[in-house]
Amino acid sequence: MGNLRSVQKAFEKVGCDAIISNNISVIKNASKIVLPGVGSFADGMKHLEELGLIDILNEEVINNKKPFLGVCLGMQLISKKSYENGETEGLCWIDAEVVKFNFDNLDKKFKIPHVGWNNTHYKNHNILFNGISDESDFYFVHSYYFKAYEDVVSSTTDYAFDFVSSVQKDNIFAFQFHPEKSQSVGLKILENFVNLESDR
Amino acid sequence: MLKHRIIPCVLLKDWQLVKSIHFDSFRTIGHPTSTARIYNARNVDELIVLDIDASLNGEEINTELITDIADECFMPLTIGGGITTIDDIYKVLNAGADKIAINSKALDDLEFIKKSSSIFGAQCIVCSIDVKKIDDEYKVFSKSKGVLDINPLVLALKYEEYGAGEILLTSVDCEGSTNGYDIELIKLFKDKLEIPIILNGGMGKPEDAIEAIQNGADAIAAAYIFHFSQYTPSDIKNALKSNQIDVRL
Repeated sequence: MGNLRSVQKAFEKVGCDAIISNNISVIKNASKIVLPGVGSFADGMKHLEELGLIDILNEEVINNKKPFLGVCLGMQLISKKSYENGETEGLCWIDAEVVKFNFDNLDKKFKIPHVGWNNTHYKNHNILFNGISDESDFYFVHSYYFKAYEDVVSSTTDYAFDFVSSVQKDNIFAFQFHPEKSQSVGLKILENFVNLESDR
Repeated sequence: MLKHRIIPCVLLKDWQLVKSIHFDSFRTIGHPTSTARIYNARNVDELIVLDIDASLNGEEINTELITDIADECFMPLTIGGGITTIDDIYKVLNAGADKIAINSKALDDLEFIKKSSSIFGAQCIVCSIDVKKIDDEYKVFSKSKGVLDINPLVLALKYEEYGAGEILLTSVDCEGSTNGYDIELIKLFKDKLEIPIILNGGMGKPEDAIEAIQNGADAIAAAYIFHFSQYTPSDIKNALKSNQIDVRL
Protein backbone atom coordinates (compact mmCIF):
# COMPACT_ATOMS: atom_id res chain seq x y z
CA MET A 1 0.00 0.00 0.00
CA GLY A 2 2.12 2.79 -1.37
CA ASN A 3 0.25 5.83 -0.14
CA LEU A 4 0.21 5.16 3.60
CA ARG A 5 3.14 7.46 4.19
CA SER A 6 1.55 10.21 2.07
CA VAL A 7 -1.61 10.05 4.14
CA GLN A 8 0.35 10.07 7.38
CA LYS A 9 2.43 13.10 6.46
CA ALA A 10 -0.67 14.97 5.26
CA PHE A 11 -2.17 14.41 8.72
CA GLU A 12 1.09 15.63 10.25
CA LYS A 13 0.78 18.74 8.11
CA VAL A 14 -2.61 19.52 9.68
CA GLY A 15 -1.24 18.90 13.14
CA CYS A 16 -2.34 15.35 13.84
CA ASP A 17 -0.25 12.30 14.65
CA ALA A 18 -1.49 9.42 12.59
CA ILE A 19 -0.27 5.94 13.44
CA ILE A 20 0.15 3.39 10.67
CA SER A 21 -0.90 0.11 12.21
CA ASN A 22 -2.48 -3.28 11.64
CA ASN A 23 -2.58 -3.97 15.35
CA ILE A 24 -6.04 -4.62 16.79
CA SER A 25 -5.44 -2.90 20.12
CA VAL A 26 -3.99 0.19 18.44
CA ILE A 27 -7.10 0.41 16.25
CA LYS A 28 -9.29 -0.12 19.30
CA ASN A 29 -7.62 2.73 21.14
CA ALA A 30 -7.55 5.12 18.21
CA SER A 31 -9.94 8.08 18.35
CA LYS A 32 -10.54 7.89 14.62
CA ILE A 33 -9.84 5.40 11.85
CA VAL A 34 -8.53 6.02 8.35
CA LEU A 35 -8.50 3.37 5.65
CA PRO A 36 -6.43 4.57 2.69
CA GLY A 37 -5.37 2.26 -0.04
CA VAL A 38 -4.23 1.75 -3.53
CA GLY A 39 -4.25 -1.53 -5.36
CA SER A 40 -6.95 -4.02 -6.18
CA PHE A 41 -10.18 -4.56 -4.26
CA ALA A 42 -9.62 -8.30 -3.86
CA ASP A 43 -6.10 -7.77 -2.48
CA GLY A 44 -7.40 -5.10 -0.12
CA MET A 45 -10.10 -7.38 1.32
CA LYS A 46 -7.68 -10.29 1.47
CA HIS A 47 -5.21 -8.24 3.49
CA LEU A 48 -7.92 -7.09 5.89
CA GLU A 49 -9.03 -10.70 6.34
CA GLU A 50 -5.54 -12.13 6.76
CA LEU A 51 -4.68 -9.45 9.31
CA GLY A 52 -7.91 -10.22 11.15
CA LEU A 53 -9.06 -6.61 10.95
CA ILE A 54 -12.61 -6.99 9.63
CA ASP A 55 -14.20 -7.71 13.01
CA ILE A 56 -12.44 -4.85 14.76
CA LEU A 57 -13.37 -2.43 11.97
CA ASN A 58 -17.03 -3.47 12.21
CA GLU A 59 -16.89 -3.19 15.98
CA GLU A 60 -15.31 0.27 16.07
CA VAL A 61 -16.98 1.89 13.07
CA ILE A 62 -20.44 0.31 13.01
CA ASN A 63 -21.05 -0.49 16.69
CA ASN A 64 -18.97 2.17 18.42
CA LYS A 65 -19.55 4.84 15.74
CA LYS A 66 -15.93 5.91 15.65
CA PRO A 67 -15.27 8.49 12.89
CA PHE A 68 -14.05 6.67 9.83
CA LEU A 69 -12.35 8.07 6.73
CA GLY A 70 -12.03 5.93 3.61
CA VAL A 71 -9.82 7.12 0.78
CA CYS A 72 -9.88 5.78 -2.78
CA LEU A 73 -9.77 1.97 -2.44
CA GLY A 74 -10.65 2.58 1.21
CA MET A 75 -13.94 4.08 0.01
CA GLN A 76 -14.63 1.24 -2.38
CA LEU A 77 -14.01 -1.38 0.32
CA ILE A 78 -16.99 -0.18 2.37
CA SER A 79 -19.36 -1.21 -0.44
CA LYS A 80 -21.16 -4.54 -0.67
CA LYS A 81 -19.12 -5.88 -3.54
CA SER A 82 -16.77 -5.09 -6.35
CA TYR A 83 -16.56 -6.49 -9.85
CA GLU A 84 -12.81 -5.90 -10.12
CA ASN A 85 -11.32 -9.16 -11.46
CA GLY A 86 -14.37 -11.24 -10.58
CA GLU A 87 -16.71 -10.54 -7.70
CA THR A 88 -15.42 -9.79 -4.22
CA GLU A 89 -17.51 -9.02 -1.17
CA GLY A 90 -16.64 -5.78 0.63
CA LEU A 91 -17.20 -4.54 4.20
CA CYS A 92 -20.91 -3.98 3.36
CA TRP A 93 -21.27 -0.72 5.30
CA ILE A 94 -23.02 1.05 2.44
CA ASP A 95 -25.44 -0.40 -0.08
CA ALA A 96 -23.23 0.07 -3.10
CA GLU A 97 -21.26 -1.77 -5.73
CA VAL A 98 -17.94 -1.01 -7.35
CA VAL A 99 -17.87 -1.33 -11.12
CA LYS A 100 -15.42 -0.49 -13.86
CA PHE A 101 -15.79 2.61 -16.00
CA ASN A 102 -17.09 1.59 -19.39
CA PHE A 103 -17.11 4.10 -22.20
CA ASP A 104 -17.48 1.67 -25.12
CA ASN A 105 -20.73 3.21 -26.30
CA LEU A 106 -19.48 6.77 -26.36
CA ASP A 107 -18.22 8.66 -29.36
CA LYS A 108 -15.83 10.80 -27.38
CA LYS A 109 -12.83 9.06 -25.90
CA PHE A 110 -12.58 8.92 -22.13
CA LYS A 111 -9.44 7.35 -20.82
CA ILE A 112 -9.15 4.75 -18.08
CA PRO A 113 -7.88 5.10 -15.40
CA HIS A 114 -9.57 8.39 -14.62
CA VAL A 115 -6.43 10.16 -13.49
CA GLY A 116 -5.87 13.80 -12.68
CA TRP A 117 -7.67 16.78 -11.22
CA ASN A 118 -11.42 16.93 -11.44
CA ASN A 119 -14.05 18.92 -9.60
CA THR A 120 -16.91 18.09 -7.28
CA HIS A 121 -20.61 18.88 -7.48
CA TYR A 122 -21.94 18.90 -3.95
CA LYS A 123 -25.00 16.77 -3.13
CA ASN A 124 -25.97 15.98 0.46
CA HIS A 125 -24.17 18.17 2.97
CA ASN A 126 -20.88 16.69 4.15
CA ILE A 127 -19.24 18.53 7.05
CA LEU A 128 -15.79 17.52 5.83
CA PHE A 129 -16.32 19.88 2.87
CA ASN A 130 -16.76 22.82 5.26
CA GLY A 131 -14.61 25.75 4.18
CA ILE A 132 -14.11 24.35 0.67
CA SER A 133 -16.00 25.84 -2.24
CA ASP A 134 -18.07 23.58 -4.43
CA GLU A 135 -16.49 22.77 -7.79
CA SER A 136 -13.02 22.62 -6.23
CA ASP A 137 -10.59 20.26 -7.92
CA PHE A 138 -9.26 17.13 -6.27
CA TYR A 139 -6.81 14.50 -7.42
CA PHE A 140 -8.29 11.23 -8.67
CA VAL A 141 -6.68 7.98 -9.78
CA HIS A 142 -9.04 5.08 -10.33
CA SER A 143 -10.52 2.76 -12.93
CA TYR A 144 -13.52 1.60 -10.91
CA TYR A 145 -16.26 3.72 -9.41
CA PHE A 146 -18.71 3.51 -6.55
CA LYS A 147 -22.36 3.00 -7.45
CA ALA A 148 -24.41 3.93 -4.39
CA TYR A 149 -27.90 2.50 -3.91
CA GLU A 150 -28.72 4.57 -0.83
CA ASP A 151 -28.93 8.28 -0.21
CA VAL A 152 -25.42 8.87 1.09
CA VAL A 153 -23.84 10.74 -1.79
CA SER A 154 -22.17 14.01 -0.75
CA SER A 155 -20.61 14.83 -4.12
CA THR A 156 -20.46 13.66 -7.68
CA THR A 157 -17.84 14.31 -10.33
CA ASP A 158 -18.25 14.44 -14.07
CA TYR A 159 -16.28 11.98 -16.14
CA ALA A 160 -18.50 11.16 -19.12
CA PHE A 161 -21.27 10.96 -16.51
CA ASP A 162 -21.67 12.03 -12.90
CA PHE A 163 -20.11 9.37 -10.71
CA VAL A 164 -20.02 9.34 -6.91
CA SER A 165 -16.88 11.06 -5.65
CA SER A 166 -17.74 11.10 -1.95
CA VAL A 167 -20.21 9.64 0.51
CA GLN A 168 -21.17 10.22 4.09
CA LYS A 169 -23.28 8.01 6.29
CA ASP A 170 -23.35 8.82 10.00
CA ASN A 171 -19.76 8.56 11.21
CA ILE A 172 -18.53 7.13 7.89
CA PHE A 173 -16.85 9.51 5.45
CA ALA A 174 -15.32 8.33 2.21
CA PHE A 175 -13.71 9.97 -0.79
CA GLN A 176 -12.86 8.53 -4.17
CA PHE A 177 -10.19 11.19 -4.67
CA HIS A 178 -7.01 11.56 -2.65
CA PRO A 179 -7.27 14.41 -0.11
CA GLU A 180 -3.62 13.81 0.82
CA LYS A 181 -2.62 14.63 -2.77
CA SER A 182 -5.07 17.45 -3.41
CA GLN A 183 -3.07 20.36 -2.06
CA SER A 184 -4.80 22.84 0.25
CA VAL A 185 -8.41 21.73 -0.37
CA GLY A 186 -7.44 18.14 0.37
CA LEU A 187 -5.61 19.08 3.55
CA LYS A 188 -8.71 21.03 4.60
CA ILE A 189 -10.77 17.82 4.42
CA LEU A 190 -8.25 16.04 6.63
CA GLU A 191 -8.23 18.96 9.05
CA ASN A 192 -12.04 18.87 9.22
CA PHE A 193 -11.88 15.15 9.90
CA VAL A 194 -9.30 15.64 12.67
CA ASN A 195 -11.55 18.29 14.23
CA LEU A 196 -14.64 16.07 14.29
CA GLU A 197 -15.93 15.39 17.77
CA SER A 198 -15.42 11.75 18.53
CA ASP A 199 -18.25 10.07 20.45
CA ARG A 200 -15.80 8.37 22.71
CA MET B 1 -14.53 17.99 -16.01
CA LEU B 2 -11.09 16.41 -15.95
CA LYS B 3 -8.38 19.03 -16.12
CA HIS B 4 -5.28 19.10 -18.27
CA ARG B 5 -2.24 18.85 -16.03
CA ILE B 6 0.86 21.05 -16.05
CA ILE B 7 3.74 19.06 -14.61
CA PRO B 8 7.28 20.16 -13.80
CA CYS B 9 9.64 17.37 -14.83
CA VAL B 10 13.12 17.67 -13.38
CA LEU B 11 16.23 15.54 -13.05
CA LEU B 12 18.10 14.50 -9.95
CA LYS B 13 21.88 14.56 -10.29
CA ASP B 14 24.57 14.78 -7.62
CA TRP B 15 21.96 15.61 -4.95
CA GLN B 16 20.75 18.58 -6.99
CA LEU B 17 17.80 19.10 -9.26
CA VAL B 18 18.93 19.85 -12.78
CA LYS B 19 17.47 20.49 -16.18
CA SER B 20 19.01 18.88 -19.24
CA ILE B 21 19.30 20.28 -22.75
CA HIS B 22 18.90 17.63 -25.45
CA PHE B 23 19.80 15.08 -22.75
CA ASP B 24 23.31 16.41 -22.89
CA SER B 25 24.33 19.42 -20.86
CA PHE B 26 22.82 20.24 -17.49
CA ARG B 27 21.82 23.38 -15.69
CA THR B 28 21.27 23.35 -11.97
CA ILE B 29 17.79 24.26 -10.78
CA GLY B 30 18.34 24.06 -7.08
CA HIS B 31 18.19 22.04 -3.94
CA PRO B 32 15.62 19.23 -4.19
CA THR B 33 13.62 19.87 -1.02
CA SER B 34 13.45 23.64 -1.35
CA THR B 35 12.49 23.30 -5.01
CA ALA B 36 9.79 20.77 -4.15
CA ARG B 37 8.51 23.15 -1.47
CA ILE B 38 8.29 25.96 -4.03
CA TYR B 39 6.44 23.74 -6.47
CA ASN B 40 4.04 22.78 -3.71
CA ALA B 41 3.51 26.42 -2.78
CA ARG B 42 2.93 27.27 -6.43
CA ASN B 43 0.19 24.70 -6.45
CA VAL B 44 1.51 22.66 -9.39
CA ASP B 45 -0.66 19.73 -10.49
CA GLU B 46 2.00 17.10 -10.12
CA LEU B 47 5.77 16.66 -10.05
CA ILE B 48 8.01 14.24 -11.93
CA VAL B 49 11.57 13.65 -10.71
CA LEU B 50 13.92 11.42 -12.67
CA ASP B 51 17.03 10.23 -10.83
CA ILE B 52 19.67 10.20 -13.55
CA ASP B 53 22.49 9.12 -11.26
CA ALA B 54 20.56 5.91 -10.78
CA SER B 55 19.53 5.48 -14.40
CA LEU B 56 22.77 6.46 -16.11
CA ASN B 57 25.45 5.63 -13.60
CA GLY B 58 23.80 2.61 -12.05
CA GLU B 59 23.91 4.09 -8.57
CA GLU B 60 21.48 2.97 -5.89
CA ILE B 61 18.14 4.77 -6.07
CA ASN B 62 18.44 7.69 -3.68
CA THR B 63 15.49 6.88 -1.44
CA GLU B 64 16.72 9.25 1.26
CA LEU B 65 16.42 12.22 -1.06
CA ILE B 66 13.16 10.93 -2.55
CA THR B 67 11.72 10.83 0.96
CA ASP B 68 12.81 14.43 1.55
CA ILE B 69 11.20 15.54 -1.70
CA ALA B 70 8.00 13.56 -1.06
CA ASP B 71 7.69 15.12 2.39
CA GLU B 72 7.24 18.50 0.70
CA CYS B 73 4.72 17.33 -1.89
CA PHE B 74 1.00 17.38 -1.22
CA MET B 75 0.42 16.72 -4.87
CA PRO B 76 1.15 13.56 -6.84
CA LEU B 77 4.81 12.68 -7.20
CA THR B 78 6.25 10.44 -9.90
CA ILE B 79 9.75 9.09 -9.46
CA GLY B 80 11.81 7.46 -12.17
CA GLY B 81 15.38 6.45 -12.86
CA GLY B 82 17.14 3.18 -12.20
CA ILE B 83 14.06 1.14 -11.41
CA THR B 84 14.71 -2.42 -12.51
CA THR B 85 13.03 -4.65 -9.92
CA ILE B 86 9.70 -4.97 -8.13
CA ASP B 87 11.64 -4.33 -4.94
CA ASP B 88 12.83 -1.00 -6.36
CA ILE B 89 9.20 0.00 -6.89
CA TYR B 90 8.33 -0.89 -3.29
CA LYS B 91 11.28 1.22 -2.11
CA VAL B 92 10.32 4.25 -4.16
CA LEU B 93 6.63 4.06 -3.20
CA ASN B 94 7.53 3.60 0.45
CA ALA B 95 9.69 6.70 0.20
CA GLY B 96 6.51 8.59 -0.67
CA ALA B 97 6.15 8.45 -4.45
CA ASP B 98 2.69 7.90 -5.92
CA LYS B 99 3.80 6.62 -9.29
CA ILE B 100 6.98 5.30 -10.80
CA ALA B 101 8.37 5.99 -14.24
CA ILE B 102 10.30 3.33 -16.13
CA ASN B 103 12.16 3.73 -19.38
CA SER B 104 15.07 1.33 -20.05
CA LYS B 105 13.53 -1.49 -18.07
CA ALA B 106 10.29 -1.24 -20.02
CA LEU B 107 12.23 -1.31 -23.30
CA ASP B 108 14.12 -4.42 -22.22
CA ASP B 109 11.33 -6.33 -20.56
CA LEU B 110 7.63 -5.88 -21.37
CA GLU B 111 6.72 -8.54 -18.83
CA PHE B 112 8.06 -6.26 -16.11
CA ILE B 113 5.34 -3.74 -16.98
CA LYS B 114 2.70 -6.42 -16.74
CA LYS B 115 4.04 -7.70 -13.44
CA SER B 116 4.42 -4.29 -11.81
CA SER B 117 1.04 -3.16 -13.10
CA SER B 118 -0.67 -6.22 -11.64
CA ILE B 119 0.98 -5.67 -8.24
CA PHE B 120 0.73 -1.89 -7.93
CA GLY B 121 -2.08 -1.08 -10.37
CA ALA B 122 -1.79 0.48 -13.81
CA GLN B 123 -2.29 3.96 -12.33
CA CYS B 124 1.10 3.62 -10.65
CA ILE B 125 3.12 2.72 -13.74
CA VAL B 126 4.25 5.50 -16.05
CA CYS B 127 6.19 4.29 -19.09
CA SER B 128 8.58 6.84 -20.45
CA ILE B 129 9.51 6.93 -24.13
CA ASP B 130 12.25 9.15 -25.55
CA VAL B 131 11.94 10.00 -29.21
CA LYS B 132 14.37 11.31 -31.79
CA LYS B 133 13.63 12.23 -35.37
CA ILE B 134 15.98 10.60 -37.87
CA ASP B 135 15.56 11.21 -41.60
CA ASP B 136 12.05 12.50 -41.07
CA GLU B 137 10.98 9.43 -39.10
CA TYR B 138 10.38 9.20 -35.38
CA LYS B 139 12.46 6.56 -33.63
CA VAL B 140 12.72 5.47 -30.02
CA PHE B 141 15.87 6.70 -28.36
CA SER B 142 17.63 4.82 -25.59
CA LYS B 143 20.10 6.64 -23.37
CA SER B 144 22.37 3.62 -23.27
CA LYS B 145 21.87 2.21 -26.76
CA GLY B 146 21.17 5.29 -28.85
CA VAL B 147 18.57 5.42 -31.61
CA LEU B 148 16.60 2.21 -31.99
CA ASP B 149 14.67 1.06 -35.03
CA ILE B 150 11.37 1.15 -33.14
CA ASN B 151 8.35 3.31 -33.90
CA PRO B 152 7.38 5.19 -30.71
CA LEU B 153 3.63 4.83 -31.28
CA VAL B 154 3.93 1.07 -31.79
CA LEU B 155 5.96 0.91 -28.58
CA ALA B 156 3.41 3.03 -26.67
CA LEU B 157 0.58 0.77 -27.79
CA LYS B 158 2.61 -2.23 -26.59
CA TYR B 159 3.20 -0.56 -23.23
CA GLU B 160 -0.51 0.13 -22.93
CA GLU B 161 -1.33 -3.49 -23.76
CA TYR B 162 1.08 -4.67 -21.05
CA GLY B 163 -0.45 -2.46 -18.38
CA ALA B 164 1.10 0.99 -18.44
CA GLY B 165 -1.10 3.64 -16.83
CA GLU B 166 0.37 6.67 -18.57
CA ILE B 167 2.96 7.47 -21.21
CA LEU B 168 5.57 10.16 -20.68
CA LEU B 169 6.57 11.10 -24.21
CA THR B 170 9.76 13.15 -24.52
CA SER B 171 11.14 14.63 -27.70
CA VAL B 172 14.91 14.62 -27.35
CA ASP B 173 15.20 17.11 -30.21
CA CYS B 174 12.89 19.63 -28.56
CA GLU B 175 13.97 18.97 -24.98
CA GLY B 176 15.55 22.06 -23.44
CA SER B 177 15.09 24.05 -26.65
CA THR B 178 12.22 26.39 -25.62
CA ASN B 179 11.08 26.28 -29.25
CA GLY B 180 7.84 24.53 -28.42
CA TYR B 181 6.67 20.96 -28.18
CA ASP B 182 7.01 18.52 -31.06
CA ILE B 183 3.51 19.01 -32.43
CA GLU B 184 4.01 16.62 -35.32
CA LEU B 185 4.87 13.92 -32.81
CA ILE B 186 1.83 14.43 -30.59
CA LYS B 187 -0.41 14.49 -33.65
CA LEU B 188 0.70 10.95 -34.41
CA PHE B 189 -0.44 9.89 -30.94
CA LYS B 190 -3.74 11.77 -30.85
CA ASP B 191 -6.66 9.47 -30.04
CA LYS B 192 -4.52 6.37 -30.49
CA LEU B 193 -4.11 5.39 -26.85
CA GLU B 194 -6.61 4.68 -24.11
CA ILE B 195 -4.18 5.91 -21.46
CA PRO B 196 -3.10 9.53 -20.90
CA ILE B 197 -0.07 10.96 -22.66
CA ILE B 198 2.17 13.48 -20.92
CA LEU B 199 4.09 15.38 -23.58
CA ASN B 200 7.52 16.60 -22.56
CA GLY B 201 10.22 18.72 -24.07
CA GLY B 202 10.41 22.20 -25.49
CA MET B 203 7.94 24.51 -23.76
CA GLY B 204 9.22 28.08 -23.95
CA LYS B 205 5.99 30.05 -23.68
CA PRO B 206 2.35 29.49 -22.72
CA GLU B 207 1.24 29.27 -26.37
CA ASP B 208 3.32 26.09 -26.69
CA ALA B 209 1.17 24.44 -24.04
CA ILE B 210 -2.02 25.46 -25.82
CA GLU B 211 -0.80 24.00 -29.09
CA ALA B 212 0.29 20.73 -27.46
CA ILE B 213 -3.03 20.17 -25.73
CA GLN B 214 -5.09 21.16 -28.75
CA ASN B 215 -3.19 18.57 -30.75
CA GLY B 216 -3.67 15.67 -28.40
CA ALA B 217 -1.55 15.92 -25.23
CA ASP B 218 -3.51 15.05 -22.09
CA ALA B 219 -0.91 16.66 -19.88
CA ILE B 220 2.26 18.59 -20.49
CA ALA B 221 5.57 18.42 -18.69
CA ALA B 222 8.27 21.06 -18.66
CA ALA B 223 11.14 22.36 -16.58
CA TYR B 224 13.12 25.02 -18.33
CA ILE B 225 10.26 27.50 -18.54
CA PHE B 226 9.62 27.37 -14.79
CA HIS B 227 13.19 28.17 -13.87
CA PHE B 228 14.76 30.18 -16.63
CA SER B 229 11.89 32.34 -17.88
CA GLN B 230 9.43 34.81 -16.41
CA TYR B 231 6.52 32.33 -16.67
CA THR B 232 5.10 30.47 -13.69
CA PRO B 233 2.83 27.41 -13.83
CA SER B 234 -0.09 29.78 -13.10
CA ASP B 235 0.73 31.93 -16.13
CA ILE B 236 0.54 28.87 -18.32
CA LYS B 237 -2.74 27.74 -16.77
CA ASN B 238 -4.28 31.16 -17.18
CA ALA B 239 -3.30 31.16 -20.84
CA LEU B 240 -4.85 27.72 -21.28
CA LYS B 241 -7.98 28.77 -19.45
CA SER B 242 -8.47 31.77 -21.70
CA ASN B 243 -8.30 29.38 -24.64
CA GLN B 244 -11.17 27.30 -23.23
CA ILE B 245 -8.86 24.51 -22.08
CA ASP B 246 -9.87 23.12 -18.68
CA VAL B 247 -7.18 23.47 -16.04
CA ARG B 248 -7.10 23.59 -12.27
CA LEU B 249 -6.49 27.16 -11.17
